[in-house]
Amino acid sequence: MNKSLLRALLPFISLAVVLGATFYVQPRTMSYFGLNLMLQYAVPIALATIAQMFVITVNDLDLSIGPFVGLVGCIASTLLYTNPLLGTLALLLCIAAYAAIGALIHSRNLPSIVVTLGLSFVWLGIAVLILPSPGGKAPEWLKALMALQIPFIPFPIIAAIVIGLVVQAALMYSSYGVIARGAGGNPRALQRAGWSMLKTKSAMFALAGMFGVLSGLSLLGLTTSADAHVADRYTLYTIAGVILGGGEFIGGRVSPLGAVVGALTLALAGSFLIFLKISPDWQIGAQGAILIIVLALKAPLTLGEQRG
Amino acid sequence: MTVSAIKLDGVERSFGAVRALAGVSLDVRAGECLGLVGHNGAGKSTLMHILAGTLSPDKGELSSGSSRLTGQWSVRAAKANGIRCVFQELSLCPNLTVAENVRIVHRPLKGLGWKTRARALALEKLGEIFPGHGIGADDAISDLPIGKRQMAEIARAFTVTDVALRLVILDEPTSSLDAVSAEQLLGFVRKQVVKGTSVILISHLLGDILGTCDRIVVMKDGKTVAERPTAKFDRHSLVAAMGTEAAQEKLAVARKGKSSSDAPVIIRAKPRTGSGELVAHQGEIIGLAGLAGHGQTRMLLQLFEKSEAQVLGPVAFIAGDRQSDGIFNLWSIASNVTVRSLRNMLKWKLIVRESETRLADEWKTRMGIRTPDMNNNILTLSGGNQQKALFARALGSEAGIILMDDPMRGVDVGTKLEVYDMIANEAKAGRTFIWYTTEIEELGYCDRAYVFRNGTISAELGGDDLSEEKILQASFAESSAA
Repeated sequence: MNKSLLRALLPFISLAVVLGATFYVQPRTMSYFGLNLMLQYAVPIALATIAQMFVITVNDLDLSIGPFVGLVGCIASTLLYTNPLLGTLALLLCIAAYAAIGALIHSRNLPSIVVTLGLSFVWLGIAVLILPSPGGKAPEWLKALMALQIPFIPFPIIAAIVIGLVVQAALMYSSYGVIARGAGGNPRALQRAGWSMLKTKSAMFALAGMFGVLSGLSLLGLTTSADAHVADRYTLYTIAGVILGGGEFIGGRVSPLGAVVGALTLALAGSFLIFLKISPDWQIGAQGAILIIVLALKAPLTLGEQRG
Repeated sequence: MTVSAIKLDGVERSFGAVRALAGVSLDVRAGECLGLVGHNGAGKSTLMHILAGTLSPDKGELSSGSSRLTGQWSVRAAKANGIRCVFQELSLCPNLTVAENVRIVHRPLKGLGWKTRARALALEKLGEIFPGHGIGADDAISDLPIGKRQMAEIARAFTVTDVALRLVILDEPTSSLDAVSAEQLLGFVRKQVVKGTSVILISHLLGDILGTCDRIVVMKDGKTVAERPTAKFDRHSLVAAMGTEAAQEKLAVARKGKSSSDAPVIIRAKPRTGSGELVAHQGEIIGLAGLAGHGQTRMLLQLFEKSEAQVLGPVAFIAGDRQSDGIFNLWSIASNVTVRSLRNMLKWKLIVRESETRLADEWKTRMGIRTPDMNNNILTLSGGNQQKALFARALGSEAGIILMDDPMRGVDVGTKLEVYDMIANEAKAGRTFIWYTTEIEELGYCDRAYVFRNGTISAELGGDDLSEEKILQASFAESSAA
């Protein structure tokens, strides 16, 4: 079988395996209600994974996306709730900050890992200042949106498919998506063709910021009140999701649909472990083990492709 | 008809202390194929980068027809003036398809149906230049073998959307092409020239240059030294134009009366990439010559790894690219010098500081490293002195075989002369040197030289044969078909 096809299918196979295992362990999840419950938190994770994917596309890594999602929740549950105009402005400012970080990382040639690791504490700090203890209130429209009941197919599944397809079209099929991926594949070639790496990187970071904001909003819609620390684990989830979905850390090789599927797989793996009655103490470790297995399966495929 | 496509006047460009272009004037006429030849460091690449807009000239004028282009010269300006380049290291994005790579160089390819148009453009040009190419517009570049990548990039350079082609620069375009495709490309260049596009062809294959170009410009040391219609050149006079007479004499006298073929053989290796054999006797200085990137560094690495090579005794390596594989940026000069010898300074598995200091100080005086304190950071030294520290690292070790990867890159003349003496003395004391150099003059300090071409040893030159002319002859092949 064609190796590149197999590689493209790997995220879907992983999802199918985890889904099958979950159904086997807990057959009652095989229902509209069960799926809805299991997958509802997949929506914010999928959005954050897409944000991470934009950063990985241009060969950077965002270690601050988790706290950033937490910050967005804090802003939305306080400022956006009490003063929609000011709240919207604050969220737009967050996106602008992301674009500025992209520009900074490019123009000063800084390692993104260091910059974003530092920023993760900045986001967390601001979030705690805004909302010192868990609380706040989600705007009604957000709650209503996230509680949407669609007949036959659970809302989280539809949302994930829509997110995946929209970003897939933009990044993989549009003419500007080509430039974005080219920036990851061979920055020098892009510059020789007369494109600005500064603009490209800023744009990709701005998109990451935008999806980070969407992730924070959708998460708040589900939890209905905010906590600065609520999304700390997202940083690792999103990186794992992108890689699980067939992306590579460098070289502009990413797959939006794969990333969404990777996020779904990770969200499901969490539920699966709960059904297995594995103590919460071991869950993170078990999730890590699942990740390592999938990545180990992927490694020979990638290697074979490069040699071939 | 002597309309110029683009004209350079007194263009200069320096990188630090190195003067890559020392006042080049060049008039590329519309509808001509101009050959550009020269040995390593002649300034061909810099000239090309200036035409492409990726480098800006320090001095000089650029003009096209009657319009002056100097002030706002950039990649976009070059493209808007219809100048395209195929660089030697390919400029394709490996993660994208052929059609997507075409999109990257064409801004008008956007909106609905851009991909269909990009595919059509790519396939049309590929078919025109390389009939029977077997490349699909949706093939990812990383899935293509190197030859097909080069074909894709060449075809991309000739695609046209909004700006008509004025000048296409091809830098070693046939280096990865098979004989048939190379022939197809050169035929296409001739056709394109008749249509009024100008082409600059840079190649080490003199047969291709002589067979395709209307006019040939020879560069040396950042200047154009000869410029004639092709008919007035033949292979011999072209090679002669690339060299200098002064260097020829010097080469002959530099190491006369030295023969160590009775000393034991300590290195014997065949290049992994081609034919020929390299043999070195103890106490010899062996030069590796030829154009840059033709397998010399790979040979050095093969000797260093002692893989498929018979190498007797320990080996030390002196890197030419100091920043990326030579110095440890954060360490002191002393640590940089002693790192190769730490294993010989252990007591109870720990480093004896006194021996370290002694070795560092000894080599400070022997190499004449100019610093008040060897404990200063390595970056406090000038480039030449950093290189001396790297020499000290290798020469201070127990290694009897020293591999040198073009170690004098960007080193000032004074330092060079000191180091040449040092090498000669060490060789007399029984050390063997394998010395890859891009400067022909340096081969004068060698006993023998192997000339590399396309990964193969194309000539072994020693004694009176070790002349610049012979080296150039062996570096440049007849044609891509040969």
